[in-house]
Amino acid sequence: MKDVVLFSGNEAIARGAFEAGVRVAAGYPGTPSTEILENIVQYSSIYAEWAPNEKVAFEVALGAAYGGARALAAMKHVGVNVASDPLLTASYTGVNAGLVLVSADDPGMHSSQNEQDNRHYARFAKIPMFEPSDSQEAKDFTIRAFEVSEEYDTPVLLRTTTRVNHGKSVVRLSKPKVNTRGRFERNFCKYVMVPAHGIKRHAIVEERLIRLRDLSNSIDLNFIEWGYSSIGIITSGVSYHYVKEVLPDASVLKLGMTYPLPDKLIQSFAGKVKTLYVVEELDPFLEDQIRALGINVIGKERFPKIGELNPTLVAMGLGVEIPKQEAETVPVPPRPPTLCAGCPHRGFFYVLRKLGAIVAGDIGCYTLSVLPPLETMDTCVCMGASIGNALGIKRAMPQDDNRPVIAVIGDSTFVHAGIPGLIDAVYNGTAITVCILDNHTTAMTGGQNHPASGKTLRGEDAPRLDLVALVRAVGVEDVYIVDPYDLAALEVALRNAIQAGKPSVVITNRPCLLNDKKIKNRAIAVNLEACTGCCLCFKLGCPAIESICTDGNRLKAKINADLCSGCEVCIQVCRSGAIQCEKE
Amino acid sequence: MNIRLAGVGGQGILVASEILCDMLLASGLDVKKTEVHGMAQRGGTVISDVRFGPKVYSPIVPEGKVDILLAFEQMEALRYLPSLKPGGTVIVNEQRIFPSSVASGKIDYPEEIEKCLMTVAANVISINALALAKKAGLVKAVNVCLLGALATCLNINEPIWEAVIAEKFKGRNLDANLRAFELGCEASLMRDLKLGVVIPK
Repeated sequence: MKDVVLFSGNEAIARGAFEAGVRVAAGYPGTPSTEILENIVQYSSIYAEWAPNEKVAFEVALGAAYGGARALAAMKHVGVNVASDPLLTASYTGVNAGLVLVSADDPGMHSSQNEQDNRHYARFAKIPMFEPSDSQEAKDFTIRAFEVSEEYDTPVLLRTTTRVNHGKSVVRLSKPKVNTRGRFERNFCKYVMVPAHGIKRHAIVEERLIRLRDLSNSIDLNFIEWGYSSIGIITSGVSYHYVKEVLPDASVLKLGMTYPLPDKLIQSFAGKVKTLYVVEELDPFLEDQIRALGINVIGKERFPKIGELNPTLVAMGLGVEIPKQEAETVPVPPRPPTLCAGCPHRGFFYVLRKLGAIVAGDIGCYTLSVLPPLETMDTCVCMGASIGNALGIKRAMPQDDNRPVIAVIGDSTFVHAGIPGLIDAVYNGTAITVCILDNHTTAMTGGQNHPASGKTLRGEDAPRLDLVALVRAVGVEDVYIVDPYDLAALEVALRNAIQAGKPSVVITNRPCLLNDKKIKNRAIAVNLEACTGCCLCFKLGCPAIESICTDGNRLKAKINADLCSGCEVCIQVCRSGAIQCEKE
Repeated sequence: MNIRLAGVGGQGILVASEILCDMLLASGLDVKKTEVHGMAQRGGTVISDVRFGPKVYSPIVPEGKVDILLAFEQMEALRYLPSLKPGGTVIVNEQRIFPSSVASGKIDYPEEIEKCLMTVAANVISINALALAKKAGLVKAVNVCLLGALATCLNINEPIWEAVIAEKFKGRNLDANLRAFELGCEASLMRDLKLGVVIPK
């Protein structure tokens, strides 16, 4: 490999883990964090795995760190919510070998259900936090995080954002270190958090924070670039580059270690500039703490707390003029994402729509069914919430409300957080129908493996978690397994499941189209003479079905052969028999 | 120097921007790239910004500072037109991909796109990359074909491009991709435009 490469932040974090001598890495896929584990897996010196969820991933990494191996856990911001239970106590136990938790935040909500700022987790858990601003720093900070973790006996939060994770910039590679930290040593008072031990550890955590603040004041990741003294800007992460783009000659305090904040360094900087700005994405995390030091700053009154920053927004906040662009343009229709042509979920939602059910949804490709024309989803909160939400909706229903209540969840998500909800349904006898849309992969993040896909992160064969046996073991008696390309069979299964009057499960069973493109057997076309222009097929929202205007301005359907995958669902939907397989 | 690639999920935009970045890195420049691809495979809008020069700060191109807009689809060229610098270049694939609202006949596809582009751009290079890709024998090579058109606007030697493309595809449809690149170059040059876009050293 060359010494100078162009890496995404995620590739750089993986490389940093390798150079730091990491031996165990675990995570759960989630944009923008997914590629960290996907790149770590290329380094054979690291054991890497997809865990069923982020809590387990963090616990695996924590156990490895107790065991004397440097370990890394990676997840997206909402994944840290799942892992927060062990995280806040890991702060008390500390580590043996270095432990780094990567939280990949998503300002701008490019692919997330909320926009939370996970810098608060560092403060909440009382652990140090590093915020890289590009790929070189992503690699360097990962290595430094392991050193600080061991020196201060604490987990370290490496917090990134989508722009850092998915941006690419130049990285210089180094040779990996050999790290042999040792083995697990029994230490009840440190690792067994019963109250008597935990209360003593809390005092250690507070004392550690004081020492970490001293480190933050002296560490070279926090530095000043002196320019003119009329404007001083305190910034971190990718915002630093927006600031440099807009005002390359202003004085800048660049923070790489953002918790605990370097109080003395900030006070000294603030005393030497006339007007002090804080430029940061999302919450006033730095700003509030700097104000608490008694320093007056300009911050969120000039820079938005919603969405991503960019050079234009930073320029506006700093009062820098932007030339106005006068393009003559016409309205451009929006282009929302859709289920792929031939996606096995499409027919399922088409049938579900007919049943007039209340549908509690979950996180995955199928969440797109909320968009027109399917519009078949009533709630979506977090991974696994569909089943719990459905249970609550069902219990809240007045007696005269007969609408069926259905939870829709993917296979990976069901394994992640759906199983306890299903146990609740059986245990408390709540008559909902849980539909597990099994496409044998974690599709939304790009097709990662999981315990029910039969492959590991390395692509090696694994025992395949049997969802049907699992559902039965939980105590569900009414289980239906259907082919989602067979609409009639789907409808029968769904109606039977709803009428069971007790907890029931419908499992659809077809692989994700992007993983398995072999469904195309015969070409499909529309017989325009037979097409009545009823437009029913458009209700599928299939990208391969286009409209054409025929004489009399009647809309008729046309199949775009370049896009069609040959699933034949549209043939089943067409009442006039106009959509047909072409003769071979 | 700022290039923005824009198109529809599934068109190979991210692969194209990777090839472009590898080529620029091989030329010894500071390069930064960013992309929005959460819904990349699901037919949504995908963009990738590529910036290069002696030193690059922000990975995102500031509004109105795009030098070359490489649009993989006509409507997407229009969507990102406000990001183009006045007097900049637009390379646009003549292909039209309908969003669901247009496909089902609810909204019309915008008309006179090239005329709108000309209000900001000094040069509009319009090529039928899908047809050229088919001619090269690989429908998926639309992206490499457009890179060929882009290459005519950047004074970087063809052997560097070819080496990077060869590295990227390593035997998988390599010949068809190289052919698509060549066809893209030719189609762009046939427009006979003197563009004068020069990479800063």
